[in-house]
Amino acid sequence: MKKIIKNGLVIDPANNINEIRDIFIDGGRIVSAFDEKDAEIIDAKGCIVAPGLVDMHVHLREPGFEYKETIATGTAAAAKGGFTSVACMPNTNPVTDNAAVVTFIKDKAEKEGSVNVYPIGAITKGQKGEELSEIGELKAAGAVAISDDGRPVSSAGMMRKALIYSSGFDIPVISHCEVMSLVDGGVMNEGYYSTYLGLRGIPDAAEEVMVSRDVILSEETGVPVHIAHISTKGSAEIIRQAKKRGVKVTCETCPHYFSLTDAAVVGYNTNAKMNPPLRTDEDVAAIKEAIKDGTVDAIATDHAPHHIDEKNVEFDYAANGIVGLETALSLGISCLVNEGVITMPELIEKLSVNPAKILGIPAGTLSEGAPADVVIFDANAKRTVNVSEFASKSKNSPYDGYELSGEVKYTIVGGNIAHKKA
Amino acid sequence: MNWTRKDLLGLKDVSAEEIQYILDNAATMKHILSQNVKKVPHLRGKSVITLFYENSTRTRMSFELAGKYLSADTANITASGSSVAKGENLLDTGRTLDVMGCDVIVMRHNCSGAPHLLSQHVNASVINAGDGMNEHPTQALLDMFTMVEKKGSLKGLKVAILGDVLHSRVARSNFYGLNTMGAKVYVASPATLLPKNVEELGVTVCKTVEEAIKDADVVMNLRMQLERQKSGLFPSVSEYAKYYGLNEDKLKLAKPDALIMHPGPVNRGVEITTGIADHERSVIDEQVTNGVAIRMALLYIFANRRNEE
Repeated sequence: MKKIIKNGLVIDPANNINEIRDIFIDGGRIVSAFDEKDAEIIDAKGCIVAPGLVDMHVHLREPGFEYKETIATGTAAAAKGGFTSVACMPNTNPVTDNAAVVTFIKDKAEKEGSVNVYPIGAITKGQKGEELSEIGELKAAGAVAISDDGRPVSSAGMMRKALIYSSGFDIPVISHCEVMSLVDGGVMNEGYYSTYLGLRGIPDAAEEVMVSRDVILSEETGVPVHIAHISTKGSAEIIRQAKKRGVKVTCETCPHYFSLTDAAVVGYNTNAKMNPPLRTDEDVAAIKEAIKDGTVDAIATDHAPHHIDEKNVEFDYAANGIVGLETALSLGISCLVNEGVITMPELIEKLSVNPAKILGIPAGTLSEGAPADVVIFDANAKRTVNVSEFASKSKNSPYDGYELSGEVKYTIVGGNIAHKKA
Repeated sequence: MNWTRKDLLGLKDVSAEEIQYILDNAATMKHILSQNVKKVPHLRGKSVITLFYENSTRTRMSFELAGKYLSADTANITASGSSVAKGENLLDTGRTLDVMGCDVIVMRHNCSGAPHLLSQHVNASVINAGDGMNEHPTQALLDMFTMVEKKGSLKGLKVAILGDVLHSRVARSNFYGLNTMGAKVYVASPATLLPKNVEELGVTVCKTVEEAIKDADVVMNLRMQLERQKSGLFPSVSEYAKYYGLNEDKLKLAKPDALIMHPGPVNRGVEITTGIADHERSVIDEQVTNGVAIRMALLYIFANRRNEE
């Protein structure tokens, strides 16, 4: 059915639009103005109308870990959070390292998903870091990128081969940077709080040494690399300098790295346990600076659902990660826009335009002819995060009870309403 | 004082008044220990369970004897001989003990924070008998009790703590307790075994053992676990002993009446020489005796806490 989104403040950074105007939807696409007759009117007065958000880093857990999340529940959470496209990481069971699993995910998403799902294939078979996956087959089946996320590609030689080989298929390579010999059993950031809590620390170098490695490999091979979830001041600086030299490196950070520090672990809070770990005030400030100056291209959630039984245990034994789809936009508004770090159009760039560009997917724009993927949100509405209301199957969020700004009113995917605020 | 604290998870947030109260109670308990018949009825009808996920000789026996001397019913669970070995999680194990009517759960666990997790889910008092690298509060209390016995007061004492501070829960609990009671703590250890930002816990970091020991009232050596050498944290036992161990020559730098302490079990020839372990100023055996007194005091305080409920 035809739809018109009226009276909203349209922020479409790809087209340099930031003004009150109407958006016309027909046949699942954004179109030029048509007569109001026979069209469904969505009143967006007081709201921002933007291209649907794109999360380039989520874990949908299906196949294999349906007790944590499914494609149905994960995409429902995405829709609730204003995301119209998500790219899901390959650490499923079986690992998404072959065309059959990619096809399974795409079929399942087609049938049960609320938003567009773009599978990411594994760089190496079984994510073991030993042999390359069939990268050509993965791409042909619909994988939009490759990554061994959750695990690093520990061998520099293997990573170099992956970059060079993947260039033959023009598929982005996303690197999870973590030097295991530096992690050395660590479970939180190494610093005052790890000493205070008696928990094993993970030094910044565990991340930064591999960020440096991959920047050097990208520079040497000329193949682009995307660095996942940067968390430290050092990583930001390495990437900033690389970009100045013209290295084709892009990177993402996550809302928790600009809104929380390792102090959140006090009390052995397992919902503050993630990988990379929450860092210090200094790192949070540096990550914000990197978001501001463009060093950070994208904000991704690293949405990592875990069952309560995997979190309600000793800190050392607790699973890494937090859910993020249903809080990301509010955290971006509250901690970045409202604090004057970046403007709203810049936030939309990092939550939609840039990740779409990095993955090469048709999203991130309200241009005529583009898929009608739209988010409508009230940036000023206050919300109290309540995990029991999450659409995600898992509730492992450190933000329960937080007062945040920004509430999603509508999420429209391909012209259909995927979420509407009750 | 009116005791309100439910659990003893660490000394991090325990006040000077509370520590003093425990030490005073332990003095009374030590008197009982010196009697011919070491049994009093104070905890008759109370139950104490020791729940140990790690091996222990002195701490577990010390708690068990402390309970028995006070006429409490005591029982032991070790991870290998219980449902834990069948895969039961910590909270289920803890709740099971709780609903059996246990008054005090004494817990040792290889994970930092495990007693904190348990304490939030049980009505019984939880006493931390050592959690990971975090705290071992009852050890620090018996150390402080021993220092007070010998030195009269903790205020202004210079205490040198030497060795593997990184992995030591004994060191951390002593830092907190000694700071709260007004002692000054100096540490020296191989740089690889010094936790990051440790000076922010209120201790002075020294580059050498000699610097830390100088004019010390108390010299405490930590146990060096020999497997640390295998993980590359120090090159050899002999180099460790030479630079970071305590011997008679180094001891001369401390005050002439300095106490020699060690939480045990001792690696003779590694962190301290046999000559030092058996030195006339070594109070290592007294620490063990005082451990029973401290644990009697704690069981007494915590098992009776619920009488007022």
